[in-house]
Amino acid sequence: MHDKTLTELAAALSAGEFSSRELTEHLLARIERHDGALNSFITVTAEQALAAADAADAARARGEAGPLPGLPLALKDIFCTRGVKTSCGSRMLDNFTAPYDAGVVEKLADAGTVSLGKTNMDEFAMGSSNENSFFGPVKNPWDLGAVPGGSSGGSAAAVAAGLVPAALGTDTGGSIRQPAAFCGITGLKPTYGRVSRYGMIAYASSLDQAGPMARSAADCAHLLGVLAGHDLRDSTSVARGVPDYAADLDAPLSGLKIGLPREYFGDGLSPEVEGAVREAVKVYESLGASVREVSLPHTHYAIPAYYVIAPAEASSNLSRYDGVRFGHRCEDPADLMDLYKRTRAEGFGEEVKRRILIGTHTLSEGFFDAYYKKAQKVRRLIRQDFLDAFDEVDVLMGPASPTPAFDLGAKKDPVSMYLQDIYTIAINLAGIPGISVPAGFANGRPVGLQILGTHFAEARLLNVAHQFQQATDWHLRRPALAEETA
Amino acid sequence: MALEHADVLRAAHLARLGLDEGEADRYLGDLGRILEMVDQLQALDTDGVAPLAHPLDATQRLRADEVTEADQRETFQRCAPAVENGLYLVPRVVE
Amino acid sequence: MQWETVIGLEVHVQLATRSKIFSGASTAFGAEPNTQACAVDLGLPGVLPVLNEQAVAMAVQFGLGIHAEIPEVSVFDRKNYFYPDLPKGYQTSQMYHPIVGPGEVEITLEDGSTKAVRVHHAHLEEDAGKSLHEDFHGMTGIDLNRAGTPLLEIVSEPDMRSAKEAAAYLKAIHSIVTYLGISDGNMAEGSMRCDVNVSVRPRGETTFGTRAEIKNVNSFRFVERAIEYEVERQIELLEAGGEVVQETRLYDPEADETRSMRTKEEANDYRYFPCPDLLPVVLDQAYVDHLRDNLPELPAAKRARFQDELGLSAYDAGVLSASRAMAEYFERVKAVCGDAKQAANWVQGELSGALNREGLAIADSPVSADQLGELIARVKDDTISGKAAKQVFQALWHGEGESADAIIETKGLKQVTDTGAIEAMIDQVIADSPAQVAQYRDAEPEKRGKMIGYFVGQVMKASRGTANPQQVNALLKEKLDALC
Repeated sequence: MHDKTLTELAAALSAGEFSSRELTEHLLARIERHDGALNSFITVTAEQALAAADAADAARARGEAGPLPGLPLALKDIFCTRGVKTSCGSRMLDNFTAPYDAGVVEKLADAGTVSLGKTNMDEFAMGSSNENSFFGPVKNPWDLGAVPGGSSGGSAAAVAAGLVPAALGTDTGGSIRQPAAFCGITGLKPTYGRVSRYGMIAYASSLDQAGPMARSAADCAHLLGVLAGHDLRDSTSVARGVPDYAADLDAPLSGLKIGLPREYFGDGLSPEVEGAVREAVKVYESLGASVREVSLPHTHYAIPAYYVIAPAEASSNLSRYDGVRFGHRCEDPADLMDLYKRTRAEGFGEEVKRRILIGTHTLSEGFFDAYYKKAQKVRRLIRQDFLDAFDEVDVLMGPASPTPAFDLGAKKDPVSMYLQDIYTIAINLAGIPGISVPAGFANGRPVGLQILGTHFAEARLLNVAHQFQQATDWHLRRPALAEETA
Repeated sequence: MALEHADVLRAAHLARLGLDEGEADRYLGDLGRILEMVDQLQALDTDGVAPLAHPLDATQRLRADEVTEADQRETFQRCAPAVENGLYLVPRVVE
Repeated sequence: MQWETVIGLEVHVQLATRSKIFSGASTAFGAEPNTQACAVDLGLPGVLPVLNEQAVAMAVQFGLGIHAEIPEVSVFDRKNYFYPDLPKGYQTSQMYHPIVGPGEVEITLEDGSTKAVRVHHAHLEEDAGKSLHEDFHGMTGIDLNRAGTPLLEIVSEPDMRSAKEAAAYLKAIHSIVTYLGISDGNMAEGSMRCDVNVSVRPRGETTFGTRAEIKNVNSFRFVERAIEYEVERQIELLEAGGEVVQETRLYDPEADETRSMRTKEEANDYRYFPCPDLLPVVLDQAYVDHLRDNLPELPAAKRARFQDELGLSAYDAGVLSASRAMAEYFERVKAVCGDAKQAANWVQGELSGALNREGLAIADSPVSADQLGELIARVKDDTISGKAAKQVFQALWHGEGESADAIIETKGLKQVTDTGAIEAMIDQVIADSPAQVAQYRDAEPEKRGKMIGYFVGQVMKASRGTANPQQVNALLKEKLDALC
C-alpha cells in the first residue's frame, strides 16, 4: 500500500480494496518501525488520524466523500493545527499547542484527508539541510548519512520512505524543491499568493508559499486543486479562480518551448547533476519540445538579495516570540529585559539567531537604503529576467540544486550552505511557480529537475512534469529502508 | 561595509537576543562573511529601478467592518506562560 | 529677552469602527481584560492582518475635512520595538506613504479671530494594549483588548505659538472628528490622546530651539497647562545659561509639572520597513469623490455660514457650531421657528442655562429642538408673551406636556389680542380708577408716559397676563388721552 501514489490509493479506496483505517494503520506502523532512524516526524497524531480515517470510511459508506477521501498525508510542523503541538522545529514553540487551524489545514480536512502528524523541519524554515531543527536532523532515506535537504526535509523524507504518500511543505527559497530533489520525490512551489499563508508560521512573508510534496506530478495536481484558492484572512492571497490542475496533465508537449538558463549550468554545478538534467531535456525533445538557451542575467544577485530581504522580514516576524503570550519563557526573569533576552537566547537556535541579527542590522538606521531598498530594486530586476524569458519560452528547466544530497555535517559555514540554493532562490523573489521532479541519480543519490513557469502557470508545469513521468520511471524508484533489507 | 563587534552587540540588543562575548565574536565572523556576500549587490547599477516589495503587483483588499471574533480568552491563555485574572503577567514595567 | 513659543501636536484619534483595524475583534470600551483580543491581536504564530474598510474611509473623510491631499497609494510599514503591550514586537503604521497628505485646520481663538494650522500628514496605525501596574506580586498585567484598535495619528506642523493656540487646535480636531462621526472624541477613555512638541526661541529667531516632547496629554486643559509649565521651564533654563535637552517628558496633572521620562539607554531605532503582510492601499478617484460628496458640513464652514447667512455674531456662530450636536439642534430650532436670532438666543440662553444647571449634554436635553422651535414660533406669532414663553419652556423641560401648544392650551396662556376684549378690560379699569385717571389728566403731558404703567399693570392683572402688552399700551394711551 505504501508504494502507491495518491491517485492509486484513491482508486483502491474507492474500489474497496482496503479501508482508510487499514491504510492509516499500515502507515502508522511504518512510521513506528522506520522513523526512529529517519526522524522525519516531530509529532505523530495516531489517535486523531484513526478517528479521521474512520470518519472518511463512514462518509464514503454514506456516499458523501470529499475530493481526497481518506487519503493520508503529513503536514510540515509550520502549519498551525488546532489542539496539536505546532513547533516550527523550534524550542521556542516546543510547548505550543496551536489554538486554531491554518487555512490549508482546514481545506485538507474538508477534502477528507487524514493527517498522520507533523513533520520535522529546519527551525522556522531556515535551512537547506534540516540540520537546524531543535528536534534533531532528519536523515535521507536513500542514505542515512546524507541530509534530506531543507527546510521541508521531514516532509520529503517521509514521502520518499513510504511513510506517507504525500505531505505539505513550504518554500521560501527552495524549501520544497530542494528537499524533493534530494529525496527523489515531486515537489511544487506554487505562485506566491496562490495558496493561503493563514496559519502558516511566517519566516519571510513576501517569499513564503505552501505547496504539495508527493510521488508524482499528478498527485501534486490533485493536492494543489484542494490547497489553492483565495483566503480572505490572507491579504496577499490572490482572488483568482482555481483551474482543474488535473485536466491538462495528458496534453501532448509537441511545440513546447523550453528555455535552459545559461546561468544555471555554470560553475559549481556537479557534472553528474548536469548530466542527469541534460538527459531529461533530451527526453523532452523526444516528446516534441524545442530547446533553446536563454539568459537570466541577474541570477548571481539572487542569493545576496535574498539574504537581505528574508532575514529582514524574519527579524520582524520573529519578534512576537517574547515569552509573554505563548511559547518558551526563561526561568525567573529578573526584569523585562532579562525576560526578553534570555527567553529568545534560549528559545532560538543558532541559524535563526544569525538571520535575526543580519535582518536587524540591515534594517537599522543608516543601512536601510544600502541593503533593504537596494535588495528590493535587485528583486525587481530578477523578476524582470524571468518575465523576459517567458516572453520567449513556455518553461525554463535546470537543476534544482547544484549537487545531490550532501553528507550530514558537511557544510559548517553558513555562506556555503546558502549557496546551495542558487537555482531555487530567485524563483521566490520573482514569485513564480517551480516544480522539482526526480530525474536520475548521482552517486546513488537522487537528482531533481527543476521546471519553472510564469505566474499562475501551475497547470502547465504539472502537465510538463507529468509527461516526463509518463516517459521515465525515476519517480517510481524507492529507497531500500534499513530494517526492510535487514 | 565592514561589521564591527559593536554592531553585533547593538543588533543583538535591538533584537533582544542575549549574547555573551564569545557568542558575539562567533557571530561577528559569520555575519561578516554573510554581509560580504550581500555586498555584491552594491556592484549592480539600480538607478531608476523601483523597489519591489511583493512579487505580484496586487493591491490591498479591504475587509467589511464587522465583529466576527468571539471571546476565546480561555483557549488562548492555555498556552500562556503566566496569567492572572485574565491578564498576561510580565516582570514589572517601570513607566 | 523676548521669547517665542513654538508648538507642534501629534494627535492620536481612535476611530469609531466596530471592529479592529486588522481583525474582526470588537473595539468596544470597557470589556473584561483580553476578552476582545483575538488570535490576530495577540500576534499568535501564523496569523495575518486584513485591513478594515471603515478605518480607511474614516481616515479619508478626515483628510477631506481638512482639505488635505489624498494620495492614490498609501503603504503600511512596521515600526519595530519590544514592549509587553505590543504583541507582535512591531506596530503596523504608515511611515513613508501616509493615507492623508498635507492639509490645514482653522482654529478660532478666544477673541474670535481665526488662524490656519498646517497638518503635515495623518496616518493609520494600530493601537497597543495596556499595562496595568496594580500589584500582581510585583508583576505587571497586560490587557490586549485595545491592541489593534484603529488610530489616526494627525501630525501638525510647528505652527502654534501659544498654549491657547494648541488647545484651540486640539478643540478644532476634536470638533472635526466628532462632526464626521469618525471618533467619539472621548478623551477620558483615551479616544483622543495627544503628544506635544514644545520649544522656545528668542523672538525674531527663525531656526527652532531644541524641543521637548510631552507624551500622552489627555485633556484640553492639561494640554494648556502642560505647555505653560514647559515653556516657563525652558525659558528659565535658557535664561540661566542652560540648554534644553531633546527628550520625552510626562505631564503630571497633580503636581502641575512636566517630568523627564527615565532616559533610555539607547536612542530608538525602529527599523521601519514596508509590512510584507499588507499590500499597497490604492484609492480610486471615484471612491474619494463619493466620500467627499457625502461629507457633512464641517465646523469652520458652518461657523462662516452662521455669520454670513444667518447674521449671527462671531461669538454666537462659534458657540453654536462648536459641536455637531449643538449645531444640529440649533439648525432644527431655526428651521421650525424660522428665526435664526431668536433660535440662537433661546439655545444659548434658556436652554444652555438649564442644561448647565443639570449637567446635561445637548443630546440629552429633555426639550427637543422641535418643541423649542414651536415655542419660539408661538412668541413670534403673538400667541404667547415672552414671559409666558419662559413658563412654557419650564413646563416642557419638566415634561408637563407634549408640545408648546398643548401647554399653552392647558395652562390658558394664550395671549388675548381681540381689541374688543382688551377695550372692555381697559374701560373697566378706567372706571374703577377715578383717582388715578384724575392724576393722569392733571399731569404734564411729558410725565403721563410714566403714569400709564399703573393702568397697564391693572389691565394685565385683569387678563391674568394674557393680554398683549403692546396692544394694551396703545389702546390705553388712546383712551386716556381722549379723556384729557
